[in-house]
Amino acid sequence: MYRETQIVSDVSKVPLEGGEGTFTINVGPQHPATHGVLHLVITLNGETIINIEPHLGYIHRSIEKMCESLTYRQFIYVTSRMDYLSAHINNHACALCVEKGMQIEVPARAQVIRVLMDELTRIASHELWWGAMAMDVGAFTPFFHAFRERETINDIMEETCGARLTMNYMVPGGVMHDIHPNFQKRVKDFLQLYKSKIHEYDELVTGNIIFQNRMKGVGVLSAEDVISYGCTGPVARGSGVSCDIRKLYPYEIYDKLEFDEVLETAGDSFARYLVRLKEMNQSIRIVEQLIDNIPEGDFQAKTKAVLKLPKGEFYTRVETARGELGVYIVSEGGTTPYRIKFRSPGFSNLSILNHMVKGAKIGDLIAAMGTLDLVIPDIDR
Amino acid sequence: MWSFSKIANSIHEWLSQTFNATWTTIIEMVIAGVAVISLFAVLGLVLVIMERKVSAWMQIRLGPNRVGPKGLLQSLADTLKLLVKEGMTPNGADKFLFNLAPYIAMIVAMLLLAPIAFAKDFQLWDLNIGVLYVSAISSISVISILMAGWASNNKYSLLGAMRSGAQIVSYELSAGLSVLSIVVLTGSLQLSEIVNSQANGWWIFKGHIPAIIAFITFIIAVTAETNRAPFDLAEAESELTAGFHTEYSGMKFALFFLAEYANVFIVCAIGATLFLGGWMPFHIGNWTGFNNIMDWIPSSIWFFGKTFFLIFLIMWFRWTFPRLRIDQLLNLEWKYLLPISMINILLVTAMAILKWHF
Repeated sequence: MYRETQIVSDVSKVPLEGGEGTFTINVGPQHPATHGVLHLVITLNGETIINIEPHLGYIHRSIEKMCESLTYRQFIYVTSRMDYLSAHINNHACALCVEKGMQIEVPARAQVIRVLMDELTRIASHELWWGAMAMDVGAFTPFFHAFRERETINDIMEETCGARLTMNYMVPGGVMHDIHPNFQKRVKDFLQLYKSKIHEYDELVTGNIIFQNRMKGVGVLSAEDVISYGCTGPVARGSGVSCDIRKLYPYEIYDKLEFDEVLETAGDSFARYLVRLKEMNQSIRIVEQLIDNIPEGDFQAKTKAVLKLPKGEFYTRVETARGELGVYIVSEGGTTPYRIKFRSPGFSNLSILNHMVKGAKIGDLIAAMGTLDLVIPDIDR
Repeated sequence: MWSFSKIANSIHEWLSQTFNATWTTIIEMVIAGVAVISLFAVLGLVLVIMERKVSAWMQIRLGPNRVGPKGLLQSLADTLKLLVKEGMTPNGADKFLFNLAPYIAMIVAMLLLAPIAFAKDFQLWDLNIGVLYVSAISSISVISILMAGWASNNKYSLLGAMRSGAQIVSYELSAGLSVLSIVVLTGSLQLSEIVNSQANGWWIFKGHIPAIIAFITFIIAVTAETNRAPFDLAEAESELTAGFHTEYSGMKFALFFLAEYANVFIVCAIGATLFLGGWMPFHIGNWTGFNNIMDWIPSSIWFFGKTFFLIFLIMWFRWTFPRLRIDQLLNLEWKYLLPISMINILLVTAMAILKWHF
């Protein structure tokens, strides 16, 4: 017999162990809301969640091990397949780490192009997240509205980098080749399109009373929770924890740019939603500052044909669309890294899921999981 | 002038001249049955293609455009595909209930088509308790969903079925109360009487604000009753994969699908009959010329026009709104809609007694 379901507002009162009347349900590995092959074993009492146990590894490709057998020029391409929605930023982090080891000076033009590409990637990633988020709470239409803008960015990427998803544009010392002659014009067209359409996002989703009821007060995370679970990116900033690597540890030219770190203090799903929406606007600001000011010069520093990092350990971190991505390279002085470790934002953000939605309803789990913006290949690597 | 009632009458005359009374009745029943089944099938096809086109229009897409002219035969092709697909019954399922459930859903939808007045004097069964019949039969549809969810031996299905049970039983109250307000105004449960009472104006215009409130409550409640977004918790693709019909495939799935669309049509037809005058044309006071032009439009077009307008409204909801959570859904009904409809029905009763309506 099922016990009477009650709404438990205090998380600590929910029993951890499944007792009589509880049952488990498998969400995933194939499920519309996990956006990939994430497998959650959920213990339920009626509709109330008692425990969530994520099972990982369905898309583990041992990227870290693979990187150990590839040269410093080659391994960057594999990292596009980690967080495929911020492929540019992954490549950027690896390139930065190699440059740090080799002490390569990146030309100004390359730096600006890199930042432009990073920010466009961030916008594209958040656009996709916005559509998927709306789909998670049951609205289908926003997905297509998001893709209208996202496709424009993908077209820009395709023209300059030759690919739409796994661009592989960043190389140690700069970017692979110069930007396409149309690049500036098309980015400006995109800015115009984005500005004329962004109000639809608020009208369709943000201002919707059903959406707000689904998001506000759901999956509340305090700043302490966020810090102790190691969450970064919009998840942490939604709880008021300042963690934007672009501000705290600026790389490339981020310290010369004018943009704000978006912070919300509520810590609920709606705060995380707002952080991402506002971040898109900040990225637009950065793109606007740079698009007319791409300096002339080389797009790539002169580097040796075979890169050899000196013996030692190197660590760099960047801000991807999901949070902090750390790249840790241990070099023995050869042409391939001795050990590579990626600190992916998705893994830490997933770990807070159980704490976040314990005691909530299944519908809340889906909505709250959407605000974590999980990319499963990033978690499994 | 061409009309459904004339065709029906001429068929009846021809039959009664050719056969004796018993055979006439039997043949007419067979004709009516075939007509209902074909209407059911055609409605399914038309509404599916309509939904896909409406959603495409809202989502900046083209929608189906390959099969037939402008993709209009797409749903026919889909139905053919579903017909030849294997209807799987999962291991551990209660086979009898599992296979019975889609037929109950379909039969309920077909039964509901009986009392609807499709055009002037064109009604399959003008029973004197039409409104009661509709609300009674439509309650049975929850049994098919519970049956499907329980018999599937799938936790997702069971969750969907339990949600749907709570939802349909709750929203039946507001739907019933808002229908009742029109019954109070008309003083009759017979659908033909209700339509006739709107000859000098539809109830949504004649009934002042209470009728408008009743109409809005009715639309919200029936959207929930037919399990359409934003109240599609029984299916909830992103949460329960497909809810109560997760395990269904082939034609058994299609029957659920068709029954959903038939139910949407029926509730919209009831809404059009009660609030928007059924097949009654739109008249404005003493504008004789205007009224004559309106009269010239066939009554069936008026009926289907109004019904499809309401169907469009419900599709519009589906492609705009996010889904509610189960507790918010029940709160909306028990804390807001039900008290509002109760007060509203008191207002309507007072209005009917004092003859404040036009």
